[in-house]
Amino acid sequence: MSNFINNFFPIAANWIGTALASFLPGWIANIIQIVISISFFFVFGTIVVMSLVYLERRIIAFMQDRLGPNRVGPQGLLQPIADVLKLFSKEDIVPTNADPIVFKLSTIVMVVSALLVYAVIPFGPGMIISDLNIGILYAIAIASLTAIGMLMAGWGSNNKYALLGAMRAAAQVISYEIPLVFSVIGVVMITGSLSTVSIVHGQAAWSGWRWNIILQPIGFVVYFIAATAELNRTPFDLMEAESEIVAGYHIEYSGVRFALFFLAEYLNAFAVAALGATLFFGGWLGPFLPPYVWFLIKTYMLFFVFYWMRGTLPRVRIDQLMGLAWKYLLPAALANVVITGVGIWVYQVLIA
Amino acid sequence: MSNPTTAAGPLAAKVRAAFPRVELRDVDYGIPSLLVPVENLVDVCQHVKSTPELDFDYLASVTAIDYLDRIDVVYQLRSLKLRHDLALRIEVDRDEAVAPSVTGVWRAADFQEREIYDLMGVTFTGHPNLKRILLYDEFDGHPLRKDWHLPAEPRA
Amino acid sequence: MSIDPRAVVDPPTEPLNEETEQIVVNMGPQHPSTHGVFRMILTLSGETIVKAEIVMGYLHRGVEKQCEEGTFVHNITATDRLDYLSAMSNNLAFSMAAEALAGIEVPERAWYIRTIVCELQRLASHCVAIGTFGADVGTFFTPLSYAFRDRERILDMFNMICGARMTVSYVRPGGVALDLPEEFIPACRYFLDLYPQKVDEYETLLTKNEIFKARSVGIGILPPEKALSYAVSGPSLRASGIGYDLRKDQPYGIYDRFDFEVQTATGCDCFSRYIVRIREMRESAKIIKQALDHLPPGPHTAKLSRNFRAPEGEAFSRIEAPKGELGFYMVGDGSIAPYRCKIRAPSFINLGPLHEMLLGWKVADAVAILGSLDIVLGEVDR
Repeated sequence: MSNFINNFFPIAANWIGTALASFLPGWIANIIQIVISISFFFVFGTIVVMSLVYLERRIIAFMQDRLGPNRVGPQGLLQPIADVLKLFSKEDIVPTNADPIVFKLSTIVMVVSALLVYAVIPFGPGMIISDLNIGILYAIAIASLTAIGMLMAGWGSNNKYALLGAMRAAAQVISYEIPLVFSVIGVVMITGSLSTVSIVHGQAAWSGWRWNIILQPIGFVVYFIAATAELNRTPFDLMEAESEIVAGYHIEYSGVRFALFFLAEYLNAFAVAALGATLFFGGWLGPFLPPYVWFLIKTYMLFFVFYWMRGTLPRVRIDQLMGLAWKYLLPAALANVVITGVGIWVYQVLIA
Repeated sequence: MSNPTTAAGPLAAKVRAAFPRVELRDVDYGIPSLLVPVENLVDVCQHVKSTPELDFDYLASVTAIDYLDRIDVVYQLRSLKLRHDLALRIEVDRDEAVAPSVTGVWRAADFQEREIYDLMGVTFTGHPNLKRILLYDEFDGHPLRKDWHLPAEPRA
Repeated sequence: MSIDPRAVVDPPTEPLNEETEQIVVNMGPQHPSTHGVFRMILTLSGETIVKAEIVMGYLHRGVEKQCEEGTFVHNITATDRLDYLSAMSNNLAFSMAAEALAGIEVPERAWYIRTIVCELQRLASHCVAIGTFGADVGTFFTPLSYAFRDRERILDMFNMICGARMTVSYVRPGGVALDLPEEFIPACRYFLDLYPQKVDEYETLLTKNEIFKARSVGIGILPPEKALSYAVSGPSLRASGIGYDLRKDQPYGIYDRFDFEVQTATGCDCFSRYIVRIREMRESAKIIKQALDHLPPGPHTAKLSRNFRAPEGEAFSRIEAPKGELGFYMVGDGSIAPYRCKIRAPSFINLGPLHEMLLGWKVADAVAILGSLDIVLGEVDR
């Protein structure tokens, strides 16, 4: 029984696969199975984003000694649905001299690049869309496509300030990718593989408690700070700042397109938090509860820290932002790689 | 209301010793008030600021009052170290309201003189940026004058 | 690993690179961070401000002209709406000028009540100042929520006294409009008991926050000589090291009976202006406690007719309002209305050095510097 609950999703996927294969030729059944799993992740992602938006408003409100949305539905749980309906009902405005193809494609690029990362996130044993053996490398490479989406949005808006904002956002994303990558290298060195499933398995030692946060504390700190900056979250959320005259890249977008930017931002955030949980907190490892529940708990705990920072910290200035990336995080990440290398060599000498 | 101030006598006497044409007005509200001829204003201000026994380094307020036959401009001064106050007045003609600017002595006069120009119509010569400050640039007239009233007809 | 709060780009001393094009950017009048309808025209070279022009007057209502048409008591309601965040102080300055003109004696109890409400008003105004300064710097309204929560308690007490929260019209020539209700004193004591912890909460969120310090330490320097020359007053002047507080220098009312200290700071930057306000909040709480302890019985106002006449003459009253030195220059002509009522507004005069304070800093600092000066447009524009 507990086996059934723990492996519910792989069992269900198998059952659907065999059911389809019984009356359809193999390749069509395969395609339909892939389409079903992808749309499942899309729906799952959307529901997760709605829950994150709701939780953000509620949790930050509680930190500020007020209540947050609590009218729409019981405890305000239907608030995100109300927000989405409102956004969908707005007029679709495309600026006159904007480049329509670039303008419209940019949202799609942002959403797709956020979704593609989900292909390598292991929600549980056997619950991964595609266990690539270059999993982490793929995830980080795809996540950097958001910079292209931002630049397309800024350019396609035909607005000088949107372009300036897009360039600043792209500079921020690109600068912080380097410490992000270096922080992951330490984990990869310990595990010996780029595949996300292997990274989780690598943390199963010490009866499931050898999480990489114990072995790579500096790596985790660098990853977390770099991730916060990648996601444009406080304290690095200059794009949304009303004190910045230079507007964000999404200023000309309204209605459904803006909803898509919002969706892409939170999907990206969830993917990054999920990767953080995979890399440093043991992924789906944990006693008693089904593995996917543990995975979600860990990801939401990381998200809680994002909310906490948003409710507490002020925002840094653009030059302080760049200074932090290049002068502090990058050396820390490089030092971490060196220390990890030395540590692995010492371990091998002592044990082997 | 208590307003500690040195007796009007010595303070006014010091200024009048340097500028004989300055008159002492009645002591208003505890602060000695000196009537200064318009031409001597900047010199008197420079003198009261730089003389160590006077040391009026703080221009608290510049006020303009429209008496129907003339406009008075009153400068309230204070010395933060020596803790005494002084008021200087000048009288300008209503139709040709021109006075020298004291922005060279205290920068605080900058905005206040612009406001008086804007609302009372007194032109300050030597002011670095004499533009309207509270009303929009194309406004016609000087509203704080006693003969200015709101137009009866609403503008189209 | 921390951000060094001094690692800010100092304003450049050598000429800027002439090849970068300068753009002119307009901030306001509708802008979430300009504290009202206020416009700054900034010329930027890259991110750095090279020239700043201040445009105000969007909230000009002609209060000084209105004051010439209404009686003294009518004009009290107009003064509420000057610095609308500290209505009690405005009322007090006006009342003092009218009393000086007409030679009215104010009873003891009225002065104690005036002191209590004006210091409570100072607490409320500083709550807004630090809350909005935190919001300008980027904290997502958390210090604002905490500060406003405590301001709500103060406004509730005002509501208890006179039925209004913001436009109180409570301090009138001759004394105060109504006597304190009996539930006020226990409520006020309860508030003062928990107040020091609240200020500690604001300090925990802001004063020790590395990022807050990186955004405000060393930013927007106002040297003391420039501050004096521009006649800056209030916390902005005291943050430049000059300890000029009218409550100690020229005590009005009964301020010479209270034991409190003038708070100064020597940094001359945004952080100093913030820290002076925090310290002043603690001092004001002390003053209120002392006033409550010594509140005498007696009448709460002098016997005065509603339309009292002021003889011919002039009077200039000045008080230490939360924003700085607030003064009323009043000229009487024997009628029931003032002949001229000029308002010496601290926010208006504190804006004098702003165009120089902004030079050389980045765009994001412009809002922080403006926020640290703590202006209220009702006073700037009258």
